Formats: sequence, C-alpha cells, structure tokens
Amino acid sequence: MIYMEIFLAFLIPGIIGYGGGPASIPLVEREVVDTYGWMTTGEFAEVLALGNSLPGPILTKMGAYIGYEAGGVLGSIVAVTASVLPSLVVMILLAALLYKLKGTNKFSTLTTLIRPVIAILMGVIVVDFLFNSLEVSGGFHTIFLIVIAFILLQIVKIHPAFVIMIGLIYGALFIR
Amino acid sequence: MMHWQIFKAFFRVGMLGFGGGPSSIPLVKIEVVDKYKWMSNEEFQDVLAIANVLPGPIITKVAGYICYQIKGWLGVANAMVAMILPTAVIMTILLALFTGFKDLAWVQGMSAGVVPVVLVMLAILTIEFLQSAKAVTTWAFLIPFTIGMLIILEVLNIHPAIVIAIIIVISLLRKYKVRGGST
Repeated sequence: MIYMEIFLAFLIPGIIGYGGGPASIPLVEREVVDTYGWMTTGEFAEVLALGNSLPGPILTKMGAYIGYEAGGVLGSIVAVTASVLPSLVVMILLAALLYKLKGTNKFSTLTTLIRPVIAILMGVIVVDFLFNSLEVSGGFHTIFLIVIAFILLQIVKIHPAFVIMIGLIYGALFIR
Repeated sequence: MMHWQIFKAFFRVGMLGFGGGPSSIPLVKIEVVDKYKWMSNEEFQDVLAIANVLPGPIITKVAGYICYQIKGWLGVANAMVAMILPTAVIMTILLALFTGFKDLAWVQGMSAGVVPVVLVMLAILTIEFLQSAKAVTTWAFLIPFTIGMLIILEVLNIHPAIVIAIIIVISLLRKYKVRGGST
C-alpha cells in the first residue's frame, strides 16, 4: 500500500518535527531514504537543494515532490496532507486550551529538550551528505565547494538560491 | 470577496517567502495585521505563541488558524491551496524536467556540485538549533544531554519518533524547570 506508506512517511515528521518545517527535514530523510528507500541520499540532496532555492514552505514542497515520485499526483496530495493537516487540526481544535498553556514552562522545557535531538538528526544528514559527496565528486571538489559555500552563506551572506546556483554551475563545468 | 483576499494574501506569502515556513512569518504578519487588518498585532503574537507550542510546520498552522477564525474550514482550505500549491507544482515540474536529462554528464555534475552546498546549509541549521537550545539552558546540561541522545538515536538506533514522544510526555508531566545537570 504505497499511499499508506507515503502517509506515514510524512505524518511522523509532521507531528514530531518541533521548530517548524525545516526541523522535519531530517525526519523526512530518515523515512524516505532509510525506511522506504524511495530515493538515495544524493537524490534527496538534490530535492532539498531545489526546495531551498524556491520560495514557500519547505516541508510541503519536499512532500509534494517526493510524494509525486513515489505515488504520482495522488501520492503528492497524500504527502502534503499528512505533513500539514494533523498539527493544523489540533491547533484549531485545541486553541482555547493552548492559550492557557502558552506561558507555562512545560513548553519551554519541551522545546529545550527537543532541539538537541533535531540537531543530532540534522548533523547525521550532514555526515551522510559529506560521504556521498566524497564518493561522487572526490575530496578536492567537495572541500572546495564546502569552503566557498560557507564563506558565501555565513560571511558574505548571499541569498541561498544564488549559492545553490553557483554549486550547480561549478558542478556542470568541473565535476566529471 | 473575503475568500479572494485570503487567496491573494497567502499566495503572496507562499511565493515571496524564501528559506522555508518560519522565515515567512513576517510576511503573514504584513498581510494579516498590516494590510487586511484581520487581527491586531497582539492577537497575531498570541497565535504565533500557540503555534510554537505544537509540533509540525509553523507557517501552515498559523495561516490555517487565522483563516479558520475569519472564514471557517473553507477559509483554511483556500489559504492552504494558495500558499502550498504554486511552489509545489513548480518544484515538481522542475525536478521532473531535471530527471529527464539525468544521463548527461554535465547534469550529473550539477547534481554532484549541489550536495556540498546543501551540506553547508544543513550544518548551519544544525548549529542554529544547538544555539537556540543553549539560549535557554547551560552547556553543562546541553553537552551530556546531546551526547546521550546521539547514542540513543545513532548507536542504539531508536526511532526519533519514539525519542521525541518520550520527551513530550516527560516534559508535560514534570512540574518543575529543567536546569543544570539533571535529565
């Protein structure tokens, strides 16, 4: 049942990703690459790269494309619905209760404890991407691009879409 | 009339918000508070606060909740379609085109060249998550906790959903603050 799998693959990131859509990325990677094997780490990186260069919420874009790859247009709808709907419905139904809780320190505890977990999951993907890149492009190109991307993103602070464009052009010209 | 306004407002949020949902929140505020005056700034801050209490994507919760307030479930559906659909379709078309040329050497070079760039972006995001955790606790707690979690997730291979669910239950049941070295 491919639709059920797509639903679960996006439901879990949608309901446990604390800190918005970007926090769910490592959870999606885990389901899509490790659990269901719909794409490789490299393909996932491509989807993430394009997702980062286009506007709009990241999780829904990833869901739309990965769902489409795995199960066509219906798969795409299933993935987006699973990632968005549960948390939204809970918010609408429980709003009155949540208003009472928003100031209490239970939720600051929660956020504090979950952030390091998300950080680890993201860190693991960074390592995955590193090994993938070393294998495909070799040490020189990988390290060169990491240094350039870091300088442009963190020090010069160019828009991520342009940095991705530079990676694409560099790859097209120099990586064989 | 109102539905057309909702559609326009969230279409703009979706098409102009770069960097994922959380960085689009100021755009929602511009539409909802400044332009259409559906709510006051204080009400908007409250909505944002309760959206942060719940897990899951932020921007869809905020937009959905606001539109539910002004136009019910149909308003929610309208906002979601306006915000999500355009970029989702663009993304799918671009990637489908890209896949069609996948065998060309320079296209393979492109997909290889993008990996280190995305790696750096994720590494920055990783550090930001650790820093935002650091802002509300101490390194003395954070470092052992993070190492412990690393072992649980990657060495013992426990599914993150289980780990996060346990954290949620523990923090909701506890009555006191987490400070210092205790877990």
